[in-house]
Amino acid sequence: MTIRLKVNGETREFNGDPDTPLLWVIRDDLGLTGTKYGCGIAQCGACTVHVDGVPLRSCSSPVAAMPGRAITTIEGLSSPVAKAVQKAWIELDVAQCGYCQSGQIMSAVALLEKKPKLSDRDIDLAMAGNICRCATYQRIRAAIHLASKRLASGDPP
Amino acid sequence: MIHSLNADQQAVLARQLAGHDGSRSQGMTLSRRDFLRSSGGAGLALAFAWLPAGRASAASPLDGMAASVSAPFAPNAFVRVGPDNLVTIVCKHLEMGQGNTTGLTTLVADELDADWSLVRIEYAPSDAKIYNNTLYGAMQITGGSSTIANSFEQMRSAGATARAMLVTAAANAWNVPASEIKTSNSVLTHASGIRATYGQMAEAAGRLAVPKDVTLKQPSQFTLIGKQKATPRVDSTSKCNGTALYTIDVKLPGLLTAVIALPPSFHARVISFDSAEALRVAGVTDVVQVPEGIAVVGKGMWAALKGRRALKVQWDESASASVNSDNVLTQYRSQARNPGTSFVRPADGQMTPDTAVKTIAATYEFPFLAHATMEPMNCVVWLRDGILETWSAHQFTTLDHTLAAKAANLPMDKVRLHTLVSGGSFGRRANFVSDSTVAAVNIAVAIKGRAPVRLQFTREDDTGAGMYRPMYVHAVKVGLDATGKLAGWQHTIVGQSIFAGTVLGSFVIKDGIDAMSVEGVFPSQYAIPQMMGQLHSTDLPIPPLWWRSVGNSHSAFVMETMIDELAAAAGEDAVAFRLALLGNNRRVAGVLKLVAEKAGWGKSREPGIEQGIAVHQCFGTSVAQVADVSMKDGKVRVHRVVCAVDCGVAVNPDVIRAQMEGGIGFAMSALYYGEIEIEAGRAVQRNFDRYRVLRIYEMPKVEVHIVSSNAAPTGVGEPGVPPLAPAVANAMARLGVPRVRRLPLARAGLVAL
Repeated sequence: MTIRLKVNGETREFNGDPDTPLLWVIRDDLGLTGTKYGCGIAQCGACTVHVDGVPLRSCSSPVAAMPGRAITTIEGLSSPVAKAVQKAWIELDVAQCGYCQSGQIMSAVALLEKKPKLSDRDIDLAMAGNICRCATYQRIRAAIHLASKRLASGDPP
Repeated sequence: MIHSLNADQQAVLARQLAGHDGSRSQGMTLSRRDFLRSSGGAGLALAFAWLPAGRASAASPLDGMAASVSAPFAPNAFVRVGPDNLVTIVCKHLEMGQGNTTGLTTLVADELDADWSLVRIEYAPSDAKIYNNTLYGAMQITGGSSTIANSFEQMRSAGATARAMLVTAAANAWNVPASEIKTSNSVLTHASGIRATYGQMAEAAGRLAVPKDVTLKQPSQFTLIGKQKATPRVDSTSKCNGTALYTIDVKLPGLLTAVIALPPSFHARVISFDSAEALRVAGVTDVVQVPEGIAVVGKGMWAALKGRRALKVQWDESASASVNSDNVLTQYRSQARNPGTSFVRPADGQMTPDTAVKTIAATYEFPFLAHATMEPMNCVVWLRDGILETWSAHQFTTLDHTLAAKAANLPMDKVRLHTLVSGGSFGRRANFVSDSTVAAVNIAVAIKGRAPVRLQFTREDDTGAGMYRPMYVHAVKVGLDATGKLAGWQHTIVGQSIFAGTVLGSFVIKDGIDAMSVEGVFPSQYAIPQMMGQLHSTDLPIPPLWWRSVGNSHSAFVMETMIDELAAAAGEDAVAFRLALLGNNRRVAGVLKLVAEKAGWGKSREPGIEQGIAVHQCFGTSVAQVADVSMKDGKVRVHRVVCAVDCGVAVNPDVIRAQMEGGIGFAMSALYYGEIEIEAGRAVQRNFDRYRVLRIYEMPKVEVHIVSSNAAPTGVGEPGVPPLAPAVANAMARLGVPRVRRLPLARAGLVAL
């Protein structure tokens, strides 16, 4: 059965097991490898993508549920918020091993799209599902605040 | 990890490693300077570079920017300058997040006076003759927080040599004395107004003889080393836009994915298996037996996983069926009460009568810990036409190379390793059996090299596979005399030796003592009189491994909580008590005093918050931490950690800060939650639902202070870990919580779940 997907603004087709988690379709079939596998049970957030603008753990979401929904991966980020987040991440050298950072950035972008002005508690709640074994959490927090500040002041990303 | 090898040890090791594939080896030691001379004498037949040194195209260019692969100027194996004016640094070490590629690049670029924005990096090929770790002799390996320490002179010399040759080339071209030429930001200039970029002068420099000796900068001349903001990480951009290439991301034509039905319990053996159902799963191409288990190979991860689910395997689990961690702990406690092998005793004639008037005795218990890297173990291999290529985060490069060749039954010069950035390691990627590399090669051999294949561990495979920080028990009894001074220290340690039975065992184990089992206790940073230490090295069918900070991951907790208890018993301030015991250990005392000052030690705090302090030196680096802690409804909360670090020359201050921040968070995971329990030979915790790690809402504010120093640099990847747990425990004791001597804290119900 053919499943028609909208990924990063493009229509893509998948012919395979409809139970396949979106993660493996994105990585193995569509070749978009920025989205990572970490746990397979929606515990670590490394596989986070946006589905209709909402962060979703793609490792635990069957591809069959995706037709008609807009999927965005790290490769497809392009909004001003996304640019501001990535810029802040680079400026503060947040990443260490970097493996979880695609997922962290996807969660942070979704948070800031919804809530441009935020508190530490907002960050804690929105980012609690993303594990970083290098424990870059302090810089993740700082980068989200920096992006928020930049966006509020209207600085170009 | 091992700290250094002498020349004899290096030679023996070289023979042992080479013996894996029977290739000849002449034990030989290379001095640091020798590496810079490309014709460096008789070869050590450990590895053979496929391509000329410095020309090997190992990994993909990082950060999506092309490096100069056809550089006309490659004066040594570590640096190239292309006509495009790009400088390529060849990194001999694995980037696991610790920022060492940024560090190595800084060392070369500073001496070369290169423009930071025009520097690119690539990974070195496997070639222990050129790219060995100079602290560990004949091995190309990243570990023991040694990258900067072992490369400091080597990489600076590489940069300085290249600079000297560019200057000579310009002097020749312009007919002016070399001494009149200045270099800055990859540009050569002369007072007359002539100028050239490095790229423009590269070809002429490439025709010159390589100078034998070059003068390195004095610290006052550094332009990048130690400078704030001068050296942003070389890998940030690629790690923020999804383009960084990890092992899991490698794409090759017709690449297959393999998962292995691994032994459910340690050392379980396959009795039989039925692959019929698995082979009926769409996309599954092969089911093959390998020494590691039964591999299911397919088109993509999902097919392989579904195939594995459909596979039927009957296991003989008798090898470890009786192993339970609770029983192991009971046995360790019992052993801790009995005499073991001595690792320290007062010299003959120095025994003094027991003057103790007060005694504190405690037994400390530490669980098995998994590394739980974000990227589960994996390796990509391609076996074709008598050639084997691997793509992985090779950390113990020389051993991975040796064992991959052996598994493929190929000579080492037919095996080519491509090292890729690693999604964490914390020690896991370097192990004595090169587990993921060898397993991937075994699968490739089993499918007769029909296609390239990626072996991918699932999270459960990874967490359940052993190679844990071993379980340890310490039993300690310390006396204080009438003046509050130490009167005697008895210390018994029980746990698995990491090195026993390995290729490195004979270098680290002396007189029955694995130095990594007792480090932090002996040698100790403190001048402890009358210390008696004994070790029981145990034997379990659970493979042990070094885990970020190795023995210090448990010994620092014991020493620094016991010292705190002793200070309290003596009625002394915890900082003053430590300083008195540190004697001439100025650098440890220095960070202790610095952290006390910066954290406001002994000053009033918000109600409900107490401070705890700890200091520990390991890998040559001293780190002290003060934790601000409160208890609410019986649950611990760490608000802030102030950290002082002395690692000699601070090459990349922001990377050092990041490693302290990360080390603290990593240590908190272990303190709060870290524990692998074993039941009937099987790991109980296999994924992040039960093997919990720190999340963002638990991360304290961290402030890092770096001691200004011109001493030779030492490592920062590991030393940030050991002081955290004792600092928090010491604060909890001040808050009135009874001393917790069995970790993790969650076991005692002290963490909000």
